[in-house]
Amino acid sequence: MITEERLSIPKRTTTRFFYMIAIGLVLLVAGLIIAATSGGGHGEEHGAAAGHHVAGWSQRLLANLWMNNVYFTGIAVVGVLFVAIQYVAYAGWSVLIKRVPEAMGSYILIGGVIMLLVFLLPILFTGHNTLFHWTDHSVHELGNPNYDPIIVGKSGYLNTPFFVIRMVAYFVLWFLFFKWMRRESLAEDLNGGLNHYNKSIRLGATFLVIFGVTSSMSAWDWVLSIDTHWFSTMFGWYVFASWWVSGLAAITLTVIILKQNGYMKMVTSNHLHDLGKFVFGFSIFWTYIWFSQFMLYWYANIPEEVIYFQERLGGNNNHYTWIFFFNLVINFAFPFLVLMTRDAKRQMIMLKIVCIAILIGHWFDFYMMIMPGTMRGESGFGLIEIGAALTFLGLFLWRFSAELSKASLVPVNHPFVEESVHHHV
Amino acid sequence: MTSKKYILGVFDDEDVLLNAIEKTRAAGTRIYDVFSPYPIHGIDDVLGIERSRLPIVAFFCGLCGTSFALWMQIYMLGFDWPMIIGGKPHIALPSFIPVTFELTVLFAAFGMVITFFIISGLRPTMKVPVMDVRSTDDKYVMAIELKEGTDVSILNDLLRSNGAIEVNEKEVVK
Repeated sequence: MITEERLSIPKRTTTRFFYMIAIGLVLLVAGLIIAATSGGGHGEEHGAAAGHHVAGWSQRLLANLWMNNVYFTGIAVVGVLFVAIQYVAYAGWSVLIKRVPEAMGSYILIGGVIMLLVFLLPILFTGHNTLFHWTDHSVHELGNPNYDPIIVGKSGYLNTPFFVIRMVAYFVLWFLFFKWMRRESLAEDLNGGLNHYNKSIRLGATFLVIFGVTSSMSAWDWVLSIDTHWFSTMFGWYVFASWWVSGLAAITLTVIILKQNGYMKMVTSNHLHDLGKFVFGFSIFWTYIWFSQFMLYWYANIPEEVIYFQERLGGNNNHYTWIFFFNLVINFAFPFLVLMTRDAKRQMIMLKIVCIAILIGHWFDFYMMIMPGTMRGESGFGLIEIGAALTFLGLFLWRFSAELSKASLVPVNHPFVEESVHHHV
Repeated sequence: MTSKKYILGVFDDEDVLLNAIEKTRAAGTRIYDVFSPYPIHGIDDVLGIERSRLPIVAFFCGLCGTSFALWMQIYMLGFDWPMIIGGKPHIALPSFIPVTFELTVLFAAFGMVITFFIISGLRPTMKVPVMDVRSTDDKYVMAIELKEGTDVSILNDLLRSNGAIEVNEKEVVK
């Protein structure tokens, strides 16, 4: 007999998330004050000579906000993508865990607001956003010493109004599909029948097409355009692979934590096994994309292309070299060796360790994508980084847990729920 | 020429068969094998068949492939006949990765297939007794080896009481 299972988040847990946000903000502010007073300088002074400037505290703040927001927004959208894929594939096994990815999308709206503010506020106050070299007016003015013909050539796509329109469009589309799919799923709990299921398949298929385009384009906009001169035809896939494996790890980790707290009673090691295969497979997929991008640039060794890897490996006084290799170890070698056996994928403890490692590892992956272009050799791991990460984690968990507790953890009227209960691999 | 006798229980329902296997094993009877037109989910557990250790073979074959590929490329391009390719060092690891990956997969795959053939004794001269041709159509057949001194009627009752629609006897000459 399949019965509803309600998640009740204790008040204490929610308070903890708020503490997390508060402590994060305190650390962030403390870090900023220390950075500002110890001669870090102010961001505005450096904008004009972008590329050679010493990054100030304001730049470091912007870079951290941007990086964490891109990372958590990605995980949130991957939740919606996961549900869409399950519907389109007529998947039965994932029904018992589908409420977890379904609720992850609740961060999208906050992510959109923060991203819009972080992009627009510096432009409103100082005229350009120091994260994005191409927003600087002087590079577009003929005769100006900063005139940059390459950026001018790209200005048909990379200009502030179009960038904002695109950003709003991605978030509106993602949020709408999150809401629509969620609404069908909750209505199914009440009404049953196949109507909501069939509608979800159509919604899912449409979302896959939309996400196929928007995931690539958002990766160009939000991450690739930081290194404005550089280009990579694989970049959309690279960011997607990083988001996707982090999202899968987040789903798996949530399922395990819920199960360890007495929820998700019908989820067995068979479901964990499938989730583990997903995490295992896509950590290899990420490596494949990473290597494909790296090897072609390394082999051709063309200056304007290879500069991207020069900055990360050996350049900037070897500032990023250890993260470059750490990235590969924690995101490829570790999950690959640990999750290889069947038993590891079926045991909660192993899966939990690997999922946490992957979530940390891909945070570093985004650090590697965003920091060298914005902070040069000046990025660090201090109060600012820890504070920003804690704040965003707290925000994400607060929204996620609130959404998760709104509905039954078991979609009782899903047509495949029986199949999922008896899932066996 | 040795010949063996088998008692065959014929079933026409998957669930009845799975239940019958459990009951038969619980009664202390050793089942020789079960024949079915398609793979039955969960039958390995019911029959008490242990998981294959083939993945371990795959891992070590793969490891051999990795080592062989790296050794081959480092020895050939680094020591035996060094060449300058694209201005890269003689031993340039990133350019070795694709070949290393391919050979890892190749060794693991071939190693698994060959090991599987050897362990399960599959070879062109192998004779496989067909217990009952209907097991390739719509019936499930449970075969129990008939040792000397076994009471056929007890087995007959056991199978029939657990849902077998027929119980036959078959002699297989090897």
